[in-house]
Amino acid sequence: MATDTTIMNHTTTSDHATLADKFNLDEPRVDWHDKTLWFIRKKRDKAAAQVPDWEQLRESASQIKNNVLSNLHSYLLEFEKNAQKNGITVHWAVTAKEHNQIVHSIIQEKGIAQVVKSKSMLTEECHLNEYLLAQGIEVIDTDLGERIVQLAGEPPSHIVLPCIHWKKEEIGELFSRHLGTPEGNSDPQFLTTAARIHLRQHFLSSRLAITGVNFAVAETGEIVVCTNEGNADLGVQLADVHIACMGIEKIIPQRKHLGIFLRLLARSATGQPITTYSSHFQRPRKGQEMHIVLVDNGRSERLASNDFRNALKCIRCGACMNTCPVYRRSGGHSYRYAIAGPIGAILAPGLDMEKHADLPFASTLCGSCSHVCPVKIDIHDQLYKWRQVLVKNGHVSGTKKVGMKGLAFILSHPGLYSRAGAVGRWLMKHVPGLINNKFNPWYKQREMPDVPKQSFTKWYQQNRISK
Amino acid sequence: MKVAIFIPCYINQFYPQVAIATLELLEKLGLTVSYPEKQTCCGQPMANAGFEHLTGSCNNLFIENFSGYDYIISPSGSCVLHIKDHLHSSIKEQDAISMRAKVYELTEFLTDILQVKNITSKFYHKVGLHQSCHGQRGLKLSQMSELVAPAFSKPEHLLRMVEGLELVPLDRKDECCGFGGTFCVGEEAVSVKMGKDRVADHLQYGAEFITANDMSCLMHLEGILKRQKSPTKVIHIAEILNAGV
Repeated sequence: MATDTTIMNHTTTSDHATLADKFNLDEPRVDWHDKTLWFIRKKRDKAAAQVPDWEQLRESASQIKNNVLSNLHSYLLEFEKNAQKNGITVHWAVTAKEHNQIVHSIIQEKGIAQVVKSKSMLTEECHLNEYLLAQGIEVIDTDLGERIVQLAGEPPSHIVLPCIHWKKEEIGELFSRHLGTPEGNSDPQFLTTAARIHLRQHFLSSRLAITGVNFAVAETGEIVVCTNEGNADLGVQLADVHIACMGIEKIIPQRKHLGIFLRLLARSATGQPITTYSSHFQRPRKGQEMHIVLVDNGRSERLASNDFRNALKCIRCGACMNTCPVYRRSGGHSYRYAIAGPIGAILAPGLDMEKHADLPFASTLCGSCSHVCPVKIDIHDQLYKWRQVLVKNGHVSGTKKVGMKGLAFILSHPGLYSRAGAVGRWLMKHVPGLINNKFNPWYKQREMPDVPKQSFTKWYQQNRISK
Repeated sequence: MKVAIFIPCYINQFYPQVAIATLELLEKLGLTVSYPEKQTCCGQPMANAGFEHLTGSCNNLFIENFSGYDYIISPSGSCVLHIKDHLHSSIKEQDAISMRAKVYELTEFLTDILQVKNITSKFYHKVGLHQSCHGQRGLKLSQMSELVAPAFSKPEHLLRMVEGLELVPLDRKDECCGFGGTFCVGEEAVSVKMGKDRVADHLQYGAEFITANDMSCLMHLEGILKRQKSPTKVIHIAEILNAGV
């Protein structure tokens, strides 16, 4: 029974393979998506090559993050103490729900109905927008890419480039519907200006601004937010209340470490030497209120796992997505999680193993991600390890289980293996329709290999042993 | 030097000419080569699908077959990497650990151990070199484009010694072909698209042959080339290094 249910779940829900299949129906679009992201990967390569000792920089960042994860408890307390000294209110949230409730209670206390928010993957992970909307509070995403997908009613498809799957003509149409821009105008500069005018009204009227956090410095109790549009600054400076939401892994020990991380982040993300704005928020300005919400949401559990702890080093640059040949050809939405691509595929199963059981299999284990990663996360090794965990926990179809057991049996019995090979070759040669049919996913777009008359073992016996 | 060849299961069954070329090439270089006939598979098909716990008897069989050799050479970066990373044994773990260090991919063995200075083969064709990921990034047979580090390539180094062979450039010199074991059927659409894109990169530079250290990548690319009725063929690097003499 359990097996049947598993099979059903695998075929009835839209898993990565099914969604990727749909994405590939429009091949020119796949080509465009692939080339756009590959262009960014190449920009990253160029930017990285211009930094002397880039590999040493990666190693340093990796070691600092290892240190942070080994001493997270004390760094968090140090950060809290210093932030409080700076006049910031610090909140702790164990779960996504608790995080959303904390943010909501602050907004509610002020009697505010509309807030602005700059980019924060943590709030995406916690589904904050939906939660607040259900409480009657509207969130205006102020990052241009995020605003575009928000208007379209979609989640971001990339953590750094949320609307990378949208073409400018489509954005023109979207803006024409939502912002009243003239139909057919898809000039990027014109559309950006329209978005600026639209967002400015919200910046000016919003009394509360939410931001994410790129780095939280334990030594000083300050947070650093990196944007290219200055939207975090504009939101915070014009609001009476600033709420910054962060996962507990965003801590770095000292301010001087920013010299390593800021150099790696923008280059890895977009190939820029640095983000246009690296904004430090250390204390509320006079009359302003500042809150920081520290969120666990499964991170402590990850921290306790030797195999998967390393994923908490992530600085959310998105380089692994840009380099991933699968991500580029399946699109961010095929991952059905706030963080797509290789890093999402090792983070998501940690939150909900059953729901995201397909993601660690959406990879060829080519290893490009692990080597582009600025903090050296062993992403592809973790994908392999997640596969083992998922199978052991029963998140695999019954047919696959039976097939693998059979394969393992044949491959551990040399006599049987050699007979099975001979039978297989005979069938392929004499009954090709048995294999070359629509039920064989290999054959759909590829020919099967030609069948040799004998195996190498047979050849060896005839040409080396008997001679 | 006691040398054995490890022939991956699908090469044994479907591409015996690759195994023959490997054997002949090593013999030509003066080695006496054994082929333990009871060998089957490295266990990777199960392990990469999440079933590493089923590879126990396959592993023990591997250890049994290849005990007593100084070098175990295989014409596959992927299978070698799997052995190096995942060969375990509940009964002979020490043997498993020491065996992992004795397993070499063919071009790695030729370059690092035999330190081959010239190859007598002839191959008068335009060839595209596909860098199979497990050999490249896993065994470090070639430098990867992700790192800021000096370039090198063991397979390319050897191919440059072949008379008449012209290597074509590629726009993306180390992008995955999309084979990926069960990925090739589990994620059919993306796998094929990746393969088509790789093939197109080689074809735009006029490659008559696509070669690689791994026949699995080539089997996938061959399936696409044949469906496209392309005259371009795939050929394992061992076949080129053993050609025309």
